Amino acid sequence: MSGTAGTSGTPGTKIVLPVEGMTCAACQANVQHALTAAPGVAKAAVNLMTHEATVHYDPAATSPERLVAAINDTGYVSHVPTAGTASDDDERERTQAREYSALLTKAVVSLLLGAFAMITSMPLMSGGAHGAHSSDPLIAWTMRVLDPPIRRVWPALYAVDPTTLLFVLLATTTFVMAWAGRHFYVRAWKGLRHRTADMNTLIAIGTGAAYLYSVAATLAPELFATNGARADVYYEAVIIIIALVLLGNAMEARAKRNTTRALRQLAKLQPSTARVRRDNQDIDVAIAEVRTGDLVIVRPGERIPVDGVIRSGRGAVDESMLTGESIPVEKAPADRVIGATINSAGSLEIEATSIGASSVLARIVQLMKDAQGSQAPIQRLADRISAIFVPAVLSIAIATFALWMIVPGESSFASALTAMVAVLIIACPCAMGLAVPTAVMVASGRGASAGVLIKGGEPLERLAGVDTVVFDKTGTLTEGRPAVVDAQILGDRDRTLSLIAAVEARSEHPLAKAIVTYHPAEAGHRAVHRVDNLTALAGRGVLATVDGHHVIVGTQPLLDESKIDSSAFAGTLSAWTAKAHTVVLAAIDGKAVAAFAIADTLRPNAKIIVESLKRRGLRVVMLSGDRKATAEAIAHQAGIDEVIAEVLPDGKVNAIKSLQQGGHRVAMIGDGLNDAPALAQADIGMAMASGTDIAAEAASVTLMRSDLAGVEQAIVLARKTMQTMKQNLFWAFVYNVVGIPIAAGVLYPAFGILLSPILASAAMAFSSVSVVSNSLRLRGASLS
Amino acid sequence: MTPLDWAIAASAIALIAFVNWFFLGSKGPAVVAAAAAPGSVVDVIVLVEGGYTPSTVEVPAGSRVRLTFDRREDNPCSDEIVIPDFGIRKPLAAHARTSLEFTATPGRHEFSCGMGMLHGAIIGK
Repeated sequence: MSGTAGTSGTPGTKIVLPVEGMTCAACQANVQHALTAAPGVAKAAVNLMTHEATVHYDPAATSPERLVAAINDTGYVSHVPTAGTASDDDERERTQAREYSALLTKAVVSLLLGAFAMITSMPLMSGGAHGAHSSDPLIAWTMRVLDPPIRRVWPALYAVDPTTLLFVLLATTTFVMAWAGRHFYVRAWKGLRHRTADMNTLIAIGTGAAYLYSVAATLAPELFATNGARADVYYEAVIIIIALVLLGNAMEARAKRNTTRALRQLAKLQPSTARVRRDNQDIDVAIAEVRTGDLVIVRPGERIPVDGVIRSGRGAVDESMLTGESIPVEKAPADRVIGATINSAGSLEIEATSIGASSVLARIVQLMKDAQGSQAPIQRLADRISAIFVPAVLSIAIATFALWMIVPGESSFASALTAMVAVLIIACPCAMGLAVPTAVMVASGRGASAGVLIKGGEPLERLAGVDTVVFDKTGTLTEGRPAVVDAQILGDRDRTLSLIAAVEARSEHPLAKAIVTYHPAEAGHRAVHRVDNLTALAGRGVLATVDGHHVIVGTQPLLDESKIDSSAFAGTLSAWTAKAHTVVLAAIDGKAVAAFAIADTLRPNAKIIVESLKRRGLRVVMLSGDRKATAEAIAHQAGIDEVIAEVLPDGKVNAIKSLQQGGHRVAMIGDGLNDAPALAQADIGMAMASGTDIAAEAASVTLMRSDLAGVEQAIVLARKTMQTMKQNLFWAFVYNVVGIPIAAGVLYPAFGILLSPILASAAMAFSSVSVVSNSLRLRGASLS
Repeated sequence: MTPLDWAIAASAIALIAFVNWFFLGSKGPAVVAAAAAPGSVVDVIVLVEGGYTPSTVEVPAGSRVRLTFDRREDNPCSDEIVIPDFGIRKPLAAHARTSLEFTATPGRHEFSCGMGMLHGAIIGK
């Protein structure tokens, strides 16, 4: 489980569980007793001060969930530590950092020893007693170049007995293999015992064969002489191969860590303390001690510690870290705020609504973790190849060796061995294994930083293939709140609006709210005006007496019934009706004085996004349950030509189905709740996160921003990610398909080219690093 | 071709056949696991060290399975476990046990390391 960590000395597994609600030593004893008595628990220690229980348990007999249940049965509250807050992640990160520096140290020391070995073997090459020289073509060439200068600078080296030099090389190589390269051999051996093979097997066999051959040439050169073979040694090659592979591993480890950096940064946004008002005192408490309903005080410039609702105070909140929206959002009492966002101005008092694992931040982190762990279908091909990769390479290596031995000509045991070692070393299964997962990891991090949460590799892949984008109208393309879009007012504008607003302020109707909001000084009216005899007529309007004036606000039929002449507005009204606006009229003392056109307004950038999607070759469709005229009016404003109107909620599913039957791959954008069936039916469902609902079940993509930019960003990101995956797989595949035959010597008959095993190891190290680096490019990808 | 060449060719072919049989051939029968008590969780512990032991485990179909990986190495090749059928990809801490829970649907559910090199399977039967 996420909260487990092995401990040495104590059998089983250790976990630290938070325990809430303990106030005294008796509580502590109670919890401790319950845990100790639970099956599978070896040892339990409960700390009253830190509110933690440290449990050593046998994971075969119990689980963190059961331990939590045991604590909860006592009446105290615990939960399994959630990912992101547990020290587990930190521990894993520290381990990775340690591994990286250990690899790097080994690589650098090995490289230096490799250089030393090359210089030491200079005199051997220039015709010592053995007549030995390196069989590695690259080394042989380097030595020819370096020989004269070294001979001038260090003549004493050339006076040393060649046998002594050979033994110095043997000792150095043995040291490097036993110290820096030890894990290759240990892991390969363990794998062999389980009849599995991986990268370590290839490196171990490759360097092992070269080493053993060199040792034989050192200890029993006469054996080679009698068989007519040259007693060549490969010591320098073995050392440098190990050094380069280690260097590649270190670089790969560092790059891999970077692929999850966005996630780690997100998890770190959670503040560790909160200022809570208790007994009229503001005290700082650990975040784990904040309870739902607590009043949390947030000063300007501070990070909001928990999700909550503003009870008093106004402020501008920077939500960019979660939504990608760069402009701070104005917040007033009753507005929701999200933990980890920054209160950039104004003091706030917030009532905590969700904490711990149920907070928005924790859910985003969990969503991202799940996403990063998911498989992309495109990976299946890579998996199929990986499964047989190492045995296939071993087979090719054996065949290479045999062919070099058999084919007449310049072939020799030494060339056969060189080619075989090169084949083993150049083959790189890692690049193939890293191609897809690293791209998914980086992409989900990149998406989250823009407020686009994608639930994994498969949605990414499907999203990239989408050709039709269907928008739900209300609440998606539009704000979902009716607003006054036009008004015509006769006489004293201020007084008229003031009287009307006084009546409408008493109504809960959405249209009334729109009119109240329209009036600029809405706040003071209820106090200023005296409103009597208020009558609400459902679906038609409101009648009231305001400061002695008879006020009617409602539909045209309502005014007609009251024998009020509204002909002054006739022209305006027919224009508005043509635009499918809802019309509200108002009369004061029997005279029509105002007309309002009310409509649901488009989200600010809807038109731009729709245009942009069309430019990207996507078909854009609007889906609405509204009347055809209203729907078409909105569609026209947004620049959408295709409208499916007057559909019932289950009709939306059918509409999506029929688009799919037409061979289209459909992305549906809607709200997570009402549109759930249609979101699930679509190839990709994208939900606009309403406030705190981030993990809409039916949607594969959640858009945190309140505008539609996320739709385009998600599609662009998916397309770029898909491209990256394909590049990675292509590169990893072609690298092996081209590299292995060259290493085997296919270019030798025609061009005399035989690949140096050292070059092979450099290529191998480079190939997996290049794949990860290519994925990392997505971090900076532009999504517009 | 000399007799020596023939001998080399024959040995190479035999060696290739052996390598493929050794690494890709069947690795013994499946281990059968059952719940300690009817209706309780089926515990399966798999040793992770150069591969998975046991590599194939049979469990009653439909049962809740707790699969514990006891990883006794720090070879990065085995630092992740992937079970595509259950949407699981999880890091395995070195020298520690990591448990996963899922309900075993009927059929063969392959699991592998993060790069698809080491293989095992859970069979719901």
